[in-house]
Amino acid sequence: MTNIVPPPPLLKVEHLKVYFPILGGVFRRPVGEVKAVDDVSFTVNRGQTVGLVGESGSGKTTIGRAIIRLTQPTAGVISYQDKAISKLDSAAFRPYRKKIQIIFQDPYNSLNPRFSIFEIIGEALEIHFPAMTRADRRERVAGLLDKVGLKRDHLDRYPHEFSGGQRQRVGIARALAVNPEFIVCDEPVSALDVSVQAQIVNLLQDLQEELGLTYLFIAHDLAVVEHISDYVLVMNQGKIVEAASAEAIYENPQHDYTRKLLSAVPKL
Amino acid sequence: MTHYIIRRFLLLVPTLFGITLLTFLLIRLSPTNAALIKGGGGEGGGKAMTAEQREQIVKFYGLDKPPLVAYGNWVGKAMRGDLGNSFADHRPVADKILERLPLTISITGSALILSYFLAIPLGVIAAIKRGQVVDRTISFVVFVLYSIPSFAAALLLILFVAGGDYLNLLPMYGINSINASEMSLFPWLWDRILHMILPVVCLTYASLASISRYARVSMLEALSQDFVRTARAKGLRERVVILRHALRNALIPLITIFALELPVLIGGAIIIESIFTLPGMGQLMFQSLDSWDEPVIMGITVLAAVVTLLSYLVADILYVIVDPRISYE
Amino acid sequence: MTMPLLQVENLGIHFGPTVDPVKAVDGISFSMQAGETLAVVGESGSGKSVTALALTRLLASPPARYVSGSIAFEGRDVLQLREGELRSLRGKQIAYIFQEPGSSLNPVFTIGYQIREAIELHRPEVRDVTAEIVHALDTVGIRNPASRLGDYPHQLSGGMQQRVMIAMALACQPKLLVADEPTTALDVTIQKQIMDLLKDLKRTSNMSILLITHNFGLVAGFADRVVVMFRGKIVETGPTAQVLQNPQHPYTKALIECVPKLGQKQHRLKVIDYAGIQ
Repeated sequence: MTNIVPPPPLLKVEHLKVYFPILGGVFRRPVGEVKAVDDVSFTVNRGQTVGLVGESGSGKTTIGRAIIRLTQPTAGVISYQDKAISKLDSAAFRPYRKKIQIIFQDPYNSLNPRFSIFEIIGEALEIHFPAMTRADRRERVAGLLDKVGLKRDHLDRYPHEFSGGQRQRVGIARALAVNPEFIVCDEPVSALDVSVQAQIVNLLQDLQEELGLTYLFIAHDLAVVEHISDYVLVMNQGKIVEAASAEAIYENPQHDYTRKLLSAVPKL
Repeated sequence: MTHYIIRRFLLLVPTLFGITLLTFLLIRLSPTNAALIKGGGGEGGGKAMTAEQREQIVKFYGLDKPPLVAYGNWVGKAMRGDLGNSFADHRPVADKILERLPLTISITGSALILSYFLAIPLGVIAAIKRGQVVDRTISFVVFVLYSIPSFAAALLLILFVAGGDYLNLLPMYGINSINASEMSLFPWLWDRILHMILPVVCLTYASLASISRYARVSMLEALSQDFVRTARAKGLRERVVILRHALRNALIPLITIFALELPVLIGGAIIIESIFTLPGMGQLMFQSLDSWDEPVIMGITVLAAVVTLLSYLVADILYVIVDPRISYE
Repeated sequence: MTMPLLQVENLGIHFGPTVDPVKAVDGISFSMQAGETLAVVGESGSGKSVTALALTRLLASPPARYVSGSIAFEGRDVLQLREGELRSLRGKQIAYIFQEPGSSLNPVFTIGYQIREAIELHRPEVRDVTAEIVHALDTVGIRNPASRLGDYPHQLSGGMQQRVMIAMALACQPKLLVADEPTTALDVTIQKQIMDLLKDLKRTSNMSILLITHNFGLVAGFADRVVVMFRGKIVETGPTAQVLQNPQHPYTKALIECVPKLGQKQHRLKVIDYAGIQ
């Protein structure tokens, strides 16, 4: 008999704290702090979707930003495949920028209006695959558009020509361009109509199956999170108040705050 | 807010050092100096100075010292309030500037106020009538004005409306007529106003052009906001919607423009005062540059820099007052 | 049968060129009785918001063109009213709340002032306006209303801002409140609070509410009747329970099914099959 060692989690967050200083006085010295994320730990296994749900200001977006290093953690460790990535310098972190991507909430403001769709999606290819020719890049971007349900002749169009749902597809194609393993989905469907929300959620699930992606799915709507996630983390005021499988969260919520979120979901 | 203002004042100090050092070095590192100009001779017809005489002048003004040492000396004196004496007539620089300042303030101040008073209505009308004939006419006129340099406008105005070649409506130079000392108060004042019209017009029109463009864009932006729809949905009159709800928001960005316009106006005053022979600070600057009168150039630079930096500070403070969303705490 | 509060007849609103125009609203008819709550459900671009704004001609013409039909409010056709009559309709008879409460309030005026403006405009008989403002804020569940009058919109959360918008709308005691996607920009927890508040108001006053939404989830338990819009046309209308349980049109069915439901985890969410409609 051989012992099978379970693979390490793809992403591991341990005792993460992100405090923002409140500055005051003539010399802008910190006079206090906002505990946006206050001692949060969780893991995400490869191929899983972990849902992170909470209200505005709960700190859920800050966690996503800390993972892709848009925000510097105050304390704690973020590891990717057992390697601590939160303390790496930016050169050492660069390979992880390829592996970890993000999809933003607002499809209207997160795409540069002066860039064509090809430029928006192709930019990351230029950075991470400098050897690619322009023709190769166009081919690759056209393939990505096809994958996310857009058309090849959208290549040279500009963001304002697209609807909210189509823009979010562009955002997804941009994230996929560099073949990531892990995607932080930061409220990707909150600004969309329910009908479009369903399309985007299905697209994310299809892509996950096809490409073996791992998601951290951040949202305020528990119904969407429950649908897409294997495991759900409920956040309130910088802390995780409940963590359980998607079924258990719905069938047997332990925390009052979870029950409050459940009761807020409209019933048909 | 108090902390913010104190911090901003402290930041003025290094900025001022930078500006004065740069100006000083530019003056010192140029191939000419006051001694060369004074002792020039040549086309002037006068007799050129001997090398020894020139040497004496150089020593007397301290032009032989290394630039940084000289700058150090200048700063040391300036911090005690002594800006030195003019090379031209040996009078204290501060006195020379102060006696000329009121005229410059009144011209540039009038121009600034006038351009705001005309530009905002123009911008608002253009925005409301966007794309219509009124808007296009205003845009066309404003662009034409903007593209004429002020000295050219000044010369054209002198040619056509002053002096009598075509019309003789306004005096063409000076701040008062020759016989002004014999006038009683009101005729004197009227005489002064007539003399100010052309210089103020020349300074106003370019600022008017740029401010009215900013006002138009700012108003268009405000009119497209959701709260304008809310104001209409309330049942307010269109006049109230525009003048109260939209304009109040549109004015906020126009405040910073004032800080940008002030240096432009000071620069304009140098040219306009020289053309209209107005004895203001601008003319003094022009004369000092001509004769390489280092202490006076430095003095006016410091004053212009302080005024500009303070106007930026004032603009930022006004921002907090008019826009409740902004606070510097 | 009494005269309906609102009767929209064959309304057509076009944008763009006169040849081959964009038919944002394409000949729709519906009516509302006094005290009734009607929901207009549709996706972005269905014409539901255009319809809502047209009720007091808030859509500027141009660019919009009112090409056909009538909007009768208490028997008078809004499309024929003069400017002055229109202004006394807006705010006083028909009040609005919008999707983005943050940008719908004027950032440079206090909330007290913005409510005061509405009361002074439409209810000149009110002696103590401040008391009336406090009362309006109290009605929408803002605590310590008297101390909030000097607050600016940015000092409030999104949910509070929407409450202020509702207070402003209610301050003139309108007969019809048009709520145009009132909770779309808010968290679900705040959405529930706002919808609960609207339900309370519905119960305690005789005001009619026209709810414009893309989310069938908000309609159940709120609206008396539903109108479903698709590409400028009404595809289905009926009592809420009936439409939800037994939708007749495939589009209605699809729009109901794409709302994610708790505890009924499907492998995939249902999406609308546009090719299969009409």
